[in-house]
Amino acid sequence: MGSTGEGGFGRRDLIKRSAALGLITTPAMGFLSACASGGEAATNGPGKAAVTRENPFGVAKGGKLDVVVFKGGFGDDYAKAWEASFDKKWGTTSSHLGTQEIAAKLQPRFNGGNPPDVVDDAGAQAIKIDVLAKGGQLADLTPVLDAPSLDDPARKVRDLLIPGTVEQGTQGGKFVALNYVYTVFGFWYSGKLFKEKGWTEPKTWDQFLDVCTKARDAGIGGLAHQGKYPYYINVVIMDLIAKKGGLDAVKAIDNLEPNAFADNPAALAAVEAVYEVVEKGLLMAGTNGLTHTESQTAWNQYKAAFIPSGSWLENEQLKQTPEDFDMKFLPVPLLPHSKLPFEAIRAGAGEPFIVPEKAANKPAGLEFLRSMLSREWSTVFAQQANSLTVLKDGVDPGVSLRPGTRSAVAAVKAAGSNTFQYLYPDWYSEMDTEIQNASNELMAKRIQPKEWIKRAQAAVDKAAKDPNAKNNRRS
Amino acid sequence: MSHVARGRGRAGFIAGFLVLPLALYLTFVIWPYIQTFGYSFTNWSGQSPTFDFVGWENYAALMEDGVFRGALWHNLLLLVFVPATTILLALFFAFMVNAGGRSGAGGVRGVRGSSFYKIVYFFPQVLSLAILAVLFGAVYRSDEGGLLNGLLIRLGLVDAGRPVEWLNDPDLVLWCLLLVVVWHGVGFYLVLFSAAMQSVPKDVYEAALLDGAGRAQTFFRVTLPLLWDSVQTSAVYLGIAAMDMFVLVSTMTSGQFGGGPDHHSEVMATVLMRNFLYFGKSGYACAMGVVMLVLTMALSVVVLRATRRDRIEF
Repeated sequence: MGSTGEGGFGRRDLIKRSAALGLITTPAMGFLSACASGGEAATNGPGKAAVTRENPFGVAKGGKLDVVVFKGGFGDDYAKAWEASFDKKWGTTSSHLGTQEIAAKLQPRFNGGNPPDVVDDAGAQAIKIDVLAKGGQLADLTPVLDAPSLDDPARKVRDLLIPGTVEQGTQGGKFVALNYVYTVFGFWYSGKLFKEKGWTEPKTWDQFLDVCTKARDAGIGGLAHQGKYPYYINVVIMDLIAKKGGLDAVKAIDNLEPNAFADNPAALAAVEAVYEVVEKGLLMAGTNGLTHTESQTAWNQYKAAFIPSGSWLENEQLKQTPEDFDMKFLPVPLLPHSKLPFEAIRAGAGEPFIVPEKAANKPAGLEFLRSMLSREWSTVFAQQANSLTVLKDGVDPGVSLRPGTRSAVAAVKAAGSNTFQYLYPDWYSEMDTEIQNASNELMAKRIQPKEWIKRAQAAVDKAAKDPNAKNNRRS
Repeated sequence: MSHVARGRGRAGFIAGFLVLPLALYLTFVIWPYIQTFGYSFTNWSGQSPTFDFVGWENYAALMEDGVFRGALWHNLLLLVFVPATTILLALFFAFMVNAGGRSGAGGVRGVRGSSFYKIVYFFPQVLSLAILAVLFGAVYRSDEGGLLNGLLIRLGLVDAGRPVEWLNDPDLVLWCLLLVVVWHGVGFYLVLFSAAMQSVPKDVYEAALLDGAGRAQTFFRVTLPLLWDSVQTSAVYLGIAAMDMFVLVSTMTSGQFGGGPDHHSEVMATVLMRNFLYFGKSGYACAMGVVMLVLTMALSVVVLRATRRDRIEF
């Protein structure tokens, strides 16, 4: 999830598109017939070349390559640079589309059987990966994992990825999405503000509340959050649960256990901890109704001490951040008797790149993904988008990083193997939305922690009833 | 040539002109509607051309969907308040601008500066809904940077530490949105009613004045009856707008495609879109679309029937 693009898109536009979508699909389909099998895959592909060690997918020279990327917090310059490099190597002609409206632009193409060859399916209007996977629209990317790395042909691509990448992109047992950007989640603060006020980095939740209280007494807000998008405060709640209850608590939620939230003391403690911030009046005034841009900019203007976010924050706020702000990352502080250490962080791969099953030039799509996992392309991304990739040690040491990214890298190092990641947002979008709704109500003081637990468990139980749920298990 | 044959020839001539537009209309409007009906009986995910036929299951689930019922209720609330408020305000302003001035030597005219008002009132109408959403986003912003909050805080009516979270307050959000729609619509209907009023012959008003009718009497006894056709049409248009509301709700309120906080500003279109694009329940969303279509059509019929009156010729 990069920067969530604000606002919706024109309804008329969508109606037009869904109408067009119907027109594309049905003539080939025989309306409502049992064997409805959509438009045929377009056959403008260049055919396949011989599979060799250098060309493991059999990319034909001189073909076409159709790339669509989400143009959000990371921009899309990196993709243009990649495409130029790909065209040079393979003699392909690539077409490029950078957009925020992934769903509106691509849904008709998926339905019509003529999807692009590579898609960066991210942002607020992404097509959900679980939905695409269920529809059989995603190519199995396992061959990319088993192909030789471009940097070191003696090793497989699989062995050069940060652990967790494969699990994160697996749907129903098949690896279908390459989550390319390595993101860490937690709080962020201004090193400059903290130095000025003499505050120290809190390691426990009590110390965190203490800094927030001092901030309030100094006339600024303690905690800001992106209230219009409860996604962000939800990260704090869920991370507190994970750290207090350990990896078992994370798995219980992802596996939709009947006691994922209910009768789970870690969950109640976490929600009560966040609610304490609300009750003690430590929120930045009005933050519950602000968009991500508004709240993050207010935080950049020293109107609050902390804000939760993923590590895309620095790139997203590049223009609003004062030169001497000294952006710093803080792992979510600990509740008493937590199972995970303070350094533990939610970290994982985001920004899913996919190759559609019906892509016209599937070999080139797969080769594109393999190239992304080369040090050359990974460095291009780090330079253009101020972010890390899932390629282990994937950035040329010559590249200097901005303060926020630097502190995120240090946090990753300190965390070591103490990282965790929730999979339920990718698996169960409806459950995720319902939990976020509850968090929004909690922050507005309209429900109490116990009610939050009840609603979250109800969302889990509802998701567990979906027959598809049994395909998603983690251990 | 017989009379009948000539009639048929003319029908063919007219049909000849209509074939192309009719074909376009059938393919691009009617056919998608029919498809929506079809999809509403399937479990189509929206991202894949494969699906199964599930009968009335979607409609049965819809009956039990509390969020959709809430959205329907909000649409009905808007359906009452959007047309009522907009038309009343527009009628009042149009009357004042056209016939509400003091009667002087020149007979019937509007209040002073009426031509200026007419232009000012029309301003909001030239803004697109997207711009409107951004504009009112700034008005309703939930910290002291918001126009309303900034004003109230400066006046000392609101504590700076606890600004009003307009769009994040379950009791306020729908009315805030209503205000935007009314603000946007009044200007247009003012102009519409003004045009209708100007086509009313001056002597009718002058006769009323001579008979000693005051402003109120002139309005209710003369203006309103003569404007009934326009009012009726406006009610249908505004009713359809109130059944929609998608753009404003989805951009101004929280949640995927809006509807927040906690479904308190949800309208049918936002629930539909979320299910269609985000939850991958497109078949279910199509069932919602069918319900919306039926309701909107029923509404138009009811309004047109209920407000039918004898046309007054003048």
